[in-house]
Amino acid sequence: MSTLDQISVKIINPLSTQATQADGLSGNADAILHEIVALLEAYTSTGEMGAIDLRSLPLTPADYELLRDTLSEGEVHAHINAIGNSDIHETCYPGVWWLTYYNADGDTVAELLEITSVPQILKAPEEDMREGLARLRDRLTQLE
Amino acid sequence: MNEPDTLGASLTRSGVSRRSFLKFCTAMASLMALPPSAAYAMADALNRAQRQSVIWLSFQECTGCVESLTRSFDPTLEQMIFEMISLDYQETLQAASGEAAELARKQAMKSSYGKYVLIVDGSIPTKDGGVYSTIAGISNYDMLVETAKGAAAIVAVGTCSAYGGIPHANPNPTGAVAVSDIIKDKPIMNVPGCPPIPSVIAGVLAYFVTYGKLPELDHIGRPKVFFADTIHDRCYRRPFYDQGKFAKTFDDEGARNGWCLYELGCKGPTTYNACATIKWNGGISFPIESGHGCLGCSEPNFWDKGSFYQPLPTPLADNAPVIAAATLGGIAVGTVAAVVSRKHQADISTKEEK
Ligand code: SF4
Ligand code: SF4
Repeated sequence: MSTLDQISVKIINPLSTQATQADGLSGNADAILHEIVALLEAYTSTGEMGAIDLRSLPLTPADYELLRDTLSEGEVHAHINAIGNSDIHETCYPGVWWLTYYNADGDTVAELLEITSVPQILKAPEEDMREGLARLRDRLTQLE
Repeated sequence: MNEPDTLGASLTRSGVSRRSFLKFCTAMASLMALPPSAAYAMADALNRAQRQSVIWLSFQECTGCVESLTRSFDPTLEQMIFEMISLDYQETLQAASGEAAELARKQAMKSSYGKYVLIVDGSIPTKDGGVYSTIAGISNYDMLVETAKGAAAIVAVGTCSAYGGIPHANPNPTGAVAVSDIIKDKPIMNVPGCPPIPSVIAGVLAYFVTYGKLPELDHIGRPKVFFADTIHDRCYRRPFYDQGKFAKTFDDEGARNGWCLYELGCKGPTTYNACATIKWNGGISFPIESGHGCLGCSEPNFWDKGSFYQPLPTPLADNAPVIAAATLGGIAVGTVAAVVSRKHQADISTKEEK
């Protein structure tokens, strides 16, 4: 390596570092975005899924907005109705899912980012399928 | 009593899908600040677990703790708790009364001896042979000692059973004491609060059923998952404290601007509880958000620590230079103040333990 320009430099989008405290950014949104990168790397190389609890770091409204803006909405949207609603959408980075769980009264009870191909809660659990199968069989005998 | 039944099976029977269950576990894990992966482990363990037999004894109390749990604003939470546990004896909620009720307690004790969790709310009067509170002619003291024998662990719910609470307040006419003053040979977890936050009660129960043991406790027996931070550590008025902006009366300009309530007697800096994060009434607000300082209800002897409206004496002295500096210097000082208050807290507690 003889000249400076041969040293590879990885530019990380400075995001909130360019903003001042007056914008209400704490730097935690940044931290989360970098964690997503690490988790995506892990998933694509080893298949190990990851998740981030959005309550684990205090986020200011501005942090939150930055996170929403940066991740934005992707192609898949799902709605689950289990002890209250849950909203799930893929962000514009495939495999990065934003999950919001509400209780029966509509209050948010958990908010997560999952890094995986399909969030666990979307998959039909086998035990429930077996139980559903039994119910469907019953129904058919009733109809006969 | 109940034949052994896994929680998974009983949930399916009552129409709770596994998705619902996973969601409940995720919410619980998030509440307890466990890593998200714990939710799956929790769902898995709970699914295979047997419903935890629970005997709940109510002693010298106001029933506020049971009210807090059963009138929680989240019907699902309440439903899930009662799916998770088999509440084999609880005077306020059970249908049985009189001799049948006492029989229910004996039966519950017999059928899961050594395995049941004993929940206690209320303090135990010890003066004059414990006559000040009796159930079916048995003193609270005797009933506690007898029922504790077969318990795997004891959960003292509410400040009364945890630290004596209001009945213990000066001059303590009934000689009220905490569970841990009487029982010395069982693991005891204190879940104080007057009353405790319903999801905190639910969370610690979920933890016990999942892991088969109590979570890590602090120096006065509280689960760290909920009681690691002070109200002040997480208070949204904290930036004003750090800037030295204090309301001086409940109706001055400072109060209207939402400034810190420290000088109006807020005990947030020495109070360990989850109100500032979990909040009350389904997450709507908590006392400080409603304009009143924290009373310190999850701390031992909160009733006897002087006026609720007098500023904390020692930290004010300790913090005076800190606050002054904060006025000039900005937020970095906040951490220092927290450390000071924590140290003060530790001092108070060690003094009280004696
Ligand atoms: S003293 Fe009370 S009101 Fe002020 S920041 Fe601390 S907890 Fe909040
Ligand atoms: S804010 Fe303080 S007094 Fe009020 S409920 Fe919470 S710990 Fe108790």
